[in-house]
Amino acid sequence: MTLLQVKSLTKDFGGLRALEDVTFHLEEGEILGIIGPNGAGKTTLFNIISGVLRPTRGEIVFRGIPVHRLRPHQIAMAGIARTFQIVRPFNNFTVLKNVLVALGHRFYPRLLSSVSPFEVRDHVEAAHEILRRVGMDAYKDSIAKNLPLGLKKHLEIARALALEPKLLLLDEPMAGLQHGEAERLAALIRQLRQEGITIILIEHNVQVVMDLCERIVVLDHGVKIAEGLPEEIRTDPRVIEAYLGTGGEVAQG
Amino acid sequence: MFGGYTLTVAINIGIYIILAISLNVITGYAGQISLGHAAFWGIGAYCSALLATKAGLPFWVVLPLTIALTTLIGSLLAIPCLRVREDFLAITTIGINFVVQAVFLYVPFFGGAMGIGGIQAPFGMSSFFWITWGFVLLCVVLDRWLVRSWIGLALESIREDETAAAISGIDVVKFKVLAFAIGSGLAGLAGHLYAYFMTFISADDFGFPQSIVILSMIVFGGIGTLRGPVLGAIILGLAPELFRPIMEYRTLIYGALLIFMMRFQPGGILGEESLILRTFRGVRQRA
Ligand SMILES: Nc1ncnc2c1ncn2[C@@H]1O[C@H](COP(=O)(O)OP(=O)(O)OP(=O)(O)O)[C@@H](O)[C@H]1O
Ligand SMILES: [Mg+2]
Repeated sequence: MTLLQVKSLTKDFGGLRALEDVTFHLEEGEILGIIGPNGAGKTTLFNIISGVLRPTRGEIVFRGIPVHRLRPHQIAMAGIARTFQIVRPFNNFTVLKNVLVALGHRFYPRLLSSVSPFEVRDHVEAAHEILRRVGMDAYKDSIAKNLPLGLKKHLEIARALALEPKLLLLDEPMAGLQHGEAERLAALIRQLRQEGITIILIEHNVQVVMDLCERIVVLDHGVKIAEGLPEEIRTDPRVIEAYLGTGGEVAQG
Repeated sequence: MFGGYTLTVAINIGIYIILAISLNVITGYAGQISLGHAAFWGIGAYCSALLATKAGLPFWVVLPLTIALTTLIGSLLAIPCLRVREDFLAITTIGINFVVQAVFLYVPFFGGAMGIGGIQAPFGMSSFFWITWGFVLLCVVLDRWLVRSWIGLALESIREDETAAAISGIDVVKFKVLAFAIGSGLAGLAGHLYAYFMTFISADDFGFPQSIVILSMIVFGGIGTLRGPVLGAIILGLAPELFRPIMEYRTLIYGALLIFMMRFQPGGILGEESLILRTFRGVRQRA
């Protein structure tokens, strides 16, 4: 079943066209990779899907419902969760409290339920469960800003999972991580896929994308220049050219 | 029980505690800097004064009406505050303060420069003291409940990072308006008490310098904490009584205090990282 359709998406920032007529779709249960050189428009795409930005033109349909006019919290409630390329945990909160914020999505909409206390056993237990899933329960009382980058990225995933998402958007989760940290994160992404969560993964490291993803979309200067299986992408002349222009990262992968 | 002077000071401080708690909801929890909080206080005071003198309604009938009205007006005034970012929010709220004060001063309905007098409380000073401090207690309990609720968590996460809060399922607009609504409703309560306490009010009572005083209180006591507003209101509420002569320069002193606290003791005078607590802990460890 098709989970997400992105139709003719265009985004202008003043005179700059960050995305131009981008179209692709996503099947339930798959991991789709998005690659492209710096400034290709990958993060902009996530910002639009998650409602942080409005598209200039085009549509996004999630589970049959157009969502491109919804506000970010409505999209989160609809089942799309995300992480940020530059991590944005709630810095002064504990790890546990970070997860509780997103768990609250069930309580925020109605005044009557939002006046109930959040730090009760059931909710704390549910937050623990999510932290266990991402292997972070030992850090539940740490203040988020004091965590190393790898754990901050795990924490953002935990917070996203608290929304019980159908679709998870991961923006360069491996970027800046040490080898060991990156390995752990890749293992987590595989585990999430096994749990049945559909994922879109933006990643600069082409090797990682090839390993993790079933299908890949390539953006360059806001335009989708290729889409296909990892092997097809690796040998696609347009992709090689786009990457050679920026240092030939595909060749490294 | 107490002398008249002591009662007066105690009631004043009680009103300041309620004001500080109310501003702390908006600025401390939700992180929406407000430099015009005295406006909401004034709106509450004028509501009560008018309902008491022109409509002739009794104290306990005026009270819920004033709270309802200030809550409503506060939510409406929050709307221009929603679209602006931090630095502009500070300016917008100052603007609100000046406009509200000007309306009180220049619209004849609000008594002009003469203000409104003859607001009679149906009880004596010492009952007024108990009623005021009863409300203080109620506000403290309400505040405690608020920070422990999902609403409190939503407000604090908006303060931490609006975008991250939004993508975590929080309707940022709704909760910001809610913060202003709760904050102005409680400021309305303080205005109600103030009007009946003074029996006479005028636009001067609710100017920008007063907003700075209230903000100084929560910054001094520890912004965004439960004890902060109470502590700050008590200390800074007592200060003018103890140092009368220098209080000519009150606004200047509070301004300097604000800058000092923000720069050196952002957690408040008794915050986790404050000099006083660290010294105290050090002494205890050595003992
Ligand atoms: N909010 C914004 N306002 C103006 N321009 C923007 C904004 N966001 C992105 N851009 C511009 O849009 C283009 C695409 O940026 P985007 O961040 O989507 O690229 P990216 O593919 O994620 O790059 P990277 O690999 O470096 O993360 C860039 O030229 C960027 O400067
Ligand atoms: Mg990016």
